[in-house]
Amino acid sequence: MWRGRRGLLRPSGCGVEELRCRRREREAGTREDGVMAVALRKARREQQLVSKRLLRDEATEEAEGGRVVVILGEAQIQEFLRLAQRGIEEKERERALVSLRRGLQHPETQQTFIRLEGSIRTLVGLLTSNQALLQLEAARCLHELSHSEQSAVAEACLPATSYLLTYLSGHSSDFIELCLYTLGNLIVESEAVRRQLLPQGIVPALAACIQSPHLTVLEALGYALSQLLQAKEAPEKIIPLVLGSTLPQHILQLLQPGPKLNLGVAVEFAWCLHYIICSQVNNALLITQGALTTLGLLLLDLAAAVQRTEDAGLELLVCPVVRCLSNLLTEAAAETVGGPMHLQDERVLAALFILLQFFLHKQPSLLPEGLWLLNNLTANSPSFCTSLISLDLIEPLLHLLSVSNVVSVLVLTVLCNVAEKGPAYCQHLWPGLLLPTLLDTLALSDTEVVGQSVELLQLLFLYQPGAAQAFLQQSGLQALQRHEEVAQLQDRVHALQQTALHG
Amino acid sequence: MQLPPALHARLAGAPGAAAPLPVQRDSLAGNAPFRFAARQVRFPREHEFFEDGDVQRHLYLQDVITQVAAEPERPRVPEFTCQVAGCCQAFDALEDYEHHYHTLHGNVCSYCKRAFPSGHLLDTHIQEWHDSLFQILAERQDMYQCLVEGCTEKFRTSRDRKQHLVAHHLYPADFRFDKPRKAQQAWERAGALVQHPSPSVPCGCALTL
Repeated sequence: MWRGRRGLLRPSGCGVEELRCRRREREAGTREDGVMAVALRKARREQQLVSKRLLRDEATEEAEGGRVVVILGEAQIQEFLRLAQRGIEEKERERALVSLRRGLQHPETQQTFIRLEGSIRTLVGLLTSNQALLQLEAARCLHELSHSEQSAVAEACLPATSYLLTYLSGHSSDFIELCLYTLGNLIVESEAVRRQLLPQGIVPALAACIQSPHLTVLEALGYALSQLLQAKEAPEKIIPLVLGSTLPQHILQLLQPGPKLNLGVAVEFAWCLHYIICSQVNNALLITQGALTTLGLLLLDLAAAVQRTEDAGLELLVCPVVRCLSNLLTEAAAETVGGPMHLQDERVLAALFILLQFFLHKQPSLLPEGLWLLNNLTANSPSFCTSLISLDLIEPLLHLLSVSNVVSVLVLTVLCNVAEKGPAYCQHLWPGLLLPTLLDTLALSDTEVVGQSVELLQLLFLYQPGAAQAFLQQSGLQALQRHEEVAQLQDRVHALQQTALHG
Repeated sequence: MQLPPALHARLAGAPGAAAPLPVQRDSLAGNAPFRFAARQVRFPREHEFFEDGDVQRHLYLQDVITQVAAEPERPRVPEFTCQVAGCCQAFDALEDYEHHYHTLHGNVCSYCKRAFPSGHLLDTHIQEWHDSLFQILAERQDMYQCLVEGCTEKFRTSRDRKQHLVAHHLYPADFRFDKPRKAQQAWERAGALVQHPSPSVPCGCALTL
């Protein structure tokens, strides 16, 4: 049986070589000069990052004689289709489709196939036949086509979509999984496909299918849904439909932490939630359905998990969870103090710092996102600012200042969040490492970092007796001097100098 | 980045918020030329702030980051045949059998033995083809339900329903799970009930409603 990716995120049990390979790939992804990384970021900026998922059973491919992909010509395709449709022996028909499927792995074969008159029609006929194994092979052929980078090929699959949707309410989990990945690929490739799928009822179909107990089906569904939610017309045309369905409740259910949480499934649905939330259609609804509570508890669970396992791709889940929480916190509905929606549990802070440490070691490029959440937690919350102090988290925060300019600005912003709440808070920021650290940041040339340092110093001078004095004694004025001519800093530097000297 | 040892204990501890220290702001704070004001920030979807995380998500989907450990050998079993009466299909892998069973024997009409892709379509079929009460009611009210999950429209005839499927739901005009009863048409023409033959062996033709 052709088997796709089962549970992409597996717990430890992977070999050392595999971990090394992953680390190499990851480094390739984060190295500033990595060619691939640069190209991907460019694609993302130009909004052309098209992510597709390809299910291929490598074990079968080995058995079928390796990965050699044959380009099929018109005549060969026609022959395979004829055999598949009219062959007498079932095995013969199946073999013909297998050969076609292998050929369709090549873009040239795909092009030839879609240009051939009646080819899709025949394939759809086989897809809807009641010969189970032919049906499966036909579906795999469609899946190969769906993975094409040419929109024309994806759009050629349009006649099949109503059937793919119909099969979602069937019972064969492998087949449903295949249909879902195919749909997901088609969705991301072409707006024409989405324009057809919406009236064909894809949202209710997914809402029904999400009740499946099969993890592989759920992961595939999450993938397809995440592609749908990423469409550029999603905020107007798709997300309202999704929010009006039972999907959000089921998604939150699948993100509940606990022994039943499956990582691969959770990753997909966390990204779904992120696309919904950052489109800002109706986040208040999600909050009333308990999104903040669920995500907060999930964050705690993830922090516990990163302490247990060495390397399991957890950042793939942490990232969207952090984004969802951070954006949700900005909603007015999140601010109702005392209500059940209000996220006010200092364990969230503990979890976040454990995750920041995890990011520092595994994926430093995600530090800004974690610090963004920290900002949103602390900005308007005296309670969380107090927790930062009482849990001894100021010093670890200061240690992050050497990572990068973006990170430094965020760290300083969080420190400002604490300091701006007044003398009771500044008292705990002083003395310690803060002054020497700030003097170090003043030695940098990044305008934003220096700017934020100056803001923090102003607050400290205002609220902490002796701070200005200590600053002067540590040659603070000299540190400020080099920024006196910088346009964006001038006014503030001068004002700070005055305050330091004259109080 | 050294974390205080008590932090892990705190994570595992009881929920709770810190009693906040007293807030006391001076009106001079944040005054020009200074600009700082504590505020939450939200980022919309396409914001460049999300660039790195999005690229990682993309790589994950393209399977670069997380390689699947080698798939275990597909469990092959000694060849066995389907146990359903009248079916002699043979298999050597359980997943193949699962799909066969669901496709051919899963949602089968007990009256005419036709197989359907889902319970929903089976129920609709039984109602429209084998329920005489349905026929009687259909003379007076709209009984033909739209086939799309979630659509509550009902129609007087199956032709009207098909019209709706095509125009409203963009279904293909030759959608295979919405073929009108040939017997229905014959009955309407000849005014007599015609027995519809039941295929007991899969013959490769399309499923019909």
